[in-house]
Amino acid sequence: MKFQIPIGPQHPALKEPISLRMTVEGEIIRDADLRLGYNHRGLEKLAEQKTWIQNIYLTERICGICSHSHTTCYVQGVEKLMEIEPPKRGQYIRYLVSELERVHSHLLWLGVAGHEAGFDSFFMYTWRDREIVMDILETISGNRVHYGINTIGGVRRDLDEQQVKHILDSLAILRERSEYYQHLGTNEPSFVARLAGVGYLSREDAIALCAVGPTVRASGVPMDVRKDDPYGIYGEVPFEVCTADTCDVLGRTVVRIKELFQCYNIIEYLLKNLPSGPVAVRAPRRAKPNEVVSRYEAPRGENIHYIKSNGTDKPERLKVRAPTLGNYAATIKMLKNGFIADVPLIFAAIDPCICCAERAVALVDARSGQERIISMNALKKLSRQVSAGNARKREAEWPL
Amino acid sequence: MATVKTLIYLIVYPGLLFLFLYSTFVEWYDRKLYARLQNRMGPTHTGRFGLLQPIADFFKLMAKEDIVPDRADRKMFSVLPAVGLAIVFTAMLLLPVWNYSLDRPSVTSFNGDLIVLLYLLSLPTFIFFLAGWSSTNLFSTIGGARVLTMLFGYEVPLFLAVLSPAVLANSWRLAEIAAFYRQRPALALVNLLGFVIALICVQAKLERTPFDIPHAETEIVGGTFTEYSGKKLAIFRLMMDAEMVVAAGLLATVFLGGFPGGALLGLVNFIVKTLVVVFFLSLIRATTSRIRVDQVVSFAWKYLAPLAILQLLIVILVKGLIS
Repeated sequence: MKFQIPIGPQHPALKEPISLRMTVEGEIIRDADLRLGYNHRGLEKLAEQKTWIQNIYLTERICGICSHSHTTCYVQGVEKLMEIEPPKRGQYIRYLVSELERVHSHLLWLGVAGHEAGFDSFFMYTWRDREIVMDILETISGNRVHYGINTIGGVRRDLDEQQVKHILDSLAILRERSEYYQHLGTNEPSFVARLAGVGYLSREDAIALCAVGPTVRASGVPMDVRKDDPYGIYGEVPFEVCTADTCDVLGRTVVRIKELFQCYNIIEYLLKNLPSGPVAVRAPRRAKPNEVVSRYEAPRGENIHYIKSNGTDKPERLKVRAPTLGNYAATIKMLKNGFIADVPLIFAAIDPCICCAERAVALVDARSGQERIISMNALKKLSRQVSAGNARKREAEWPL
Repeated sequence: MATVKTLIYLIVYPGLLFLFLYSTFVEWYDRKLYARLQNRMGPTHTGRFGLLQPIADFFKLMAKEDIVPDRADRKMFSVLPAVGLAIVFTAMLLLPVWNYSLDRPSVTSFNGDLIVLLYLLSLPTFIFFLAGWSSTNLFSTIGGARVLTMLFGYEVPLFLAVLSPAVLANSWRLAEIAAFYRQRPALALVNLLGFVIALICVQAKLERTPFDIPHAETEIVGGTFTEYSGKKLAIFRLMMDAEMVVAAGLLATVFLGGFPGGALLGLVNFIVKTLVVVFFLSLIRATTSRIRVDQVVSFAWKYLAPLAILQLLIVILVKGLIS
């Protein structure tokens, strides 16, 4: 017997609205369909009305987890347009925050994976230790989520000796805890039984479907913008690209835990080799007419910003391709022939950030396939028309 | 005098009143322990150490709006929680707590009450299945199907594990089994393997992690209870708590030597021994992740059932040696 199960737009496994429609036979998924558009951002249009500087704070609000990724990606592009180079110390601090953000994002993901697999103790422990890296970010920038540290031509805050010492001390604790999670995540039998072999994505499929980030690296493809097309200081920092060859959710977990250790190494390197000097240079108000594509390895994968300038103090066009969008096609592939029980895990394994990937809503007529634009008033009128025919439900009764 | 005794047995201890209060206490104990194992605080606010939190939750749910879905089987949907609660409370009366005599079998303690108790503990599983099925919600239906699938896994090992001490004690009466192991405590060690198997199976029966598959919230929302709200949900939750007490009581009777010492000392014995069992159940809950329903069945038949048969063989050998 085949029937359809709707997961979303509202479902406990999803923190943001998206609709997954699964055609299932018993517990096995035969077909999956992904529907987007429950979240209207209107962000790219807004960016065209704001100045280069104002847009830093707008791009920061694309995502709550990888806020720094989006600003860095944007700022890198704008710096190229304005033909300026931030000073070394500024760059070191900028990418230090990047790596700290990667640590916090991966720890958060580990917790989410634990929760989706019903391993709430793991969730509680990783999120407790995530507080350490949140505190570090707070001492650097003054904020826990939107750091607001980037500016065009460098960063806005400097680091002092005391902060460096504090970060290094906290890092030792994090390293020790991460080793414990590595042990737990790869050895706890019931957890591994849930992750191993789930959401299989072969190397060929991962490449063909343009998967990004830990998803593609877990399929054995060493793809990382930091290595393939080094930006900023990544050309001079020693680190390895972490991969796994199991092509499943367990592989994605292992890749993320391995990346945590790489992050700690990078952070230590950056702090120990912090050059002296200014943290920012003065940036011009306008950029010459040009266009640029900026690439950045966010915790979730490759983030792309396309920026076009027209000689004014505002961008002509800003296009954001968040990493989650790159992974949707692969997700459908992974879901097919899996179990219903594995849907939350497989979907969570790409670390989806739905509001990053959503842009605008298009109204499409289901019968004719025609697109149209509708005003808010017309929409209200329509909903009144639809509900007018329905009988009014009786009021809820007080049960006692 | 006998009538008064029976009334006290039914209403005060171990009947309605005690079971209600004690099962809320056990829920608090389980929640607090689970929270502390996860580096959290657990309930702290209502009552001292949050002791009254489960009771507050119960009354809060009782006051909430009670919705029956339009397409649900109305009668079935409404009657199931009450029937389930009655079954579990009846099962509690069969535990040999007091008001029984070893020489004279009575209504609450007779030869074969072990089987009746196991049967009464199987019925709630069917109640859950029917609850899921009669809600006509997609998630409830899947939850209901999962309840039954799991039952095929853990029921046989549980029966085998619980029956092997009975074979050694040469009795099918709970009071006699408990008395047998009290006289020869060393023989209780023979059943250690059976105790571990029974613990795992009870964990599955109570649908707690790693076996919380029928109501895995990240997969199928509320599972069997998706459509239940208000009073009915409150009663279901109370029923699950009471089921935990009864199941822990059963394991304590069969494996840990029962509750000697009459009404008062027996009460202390009952509380200590059931809390020990619940401690292990909470420990399993905190240290594992939820597994898939097919993994439950294969795990039960590949490992639990053969081990339970091994336990039975050991018991038969030991029985031959001592007689």
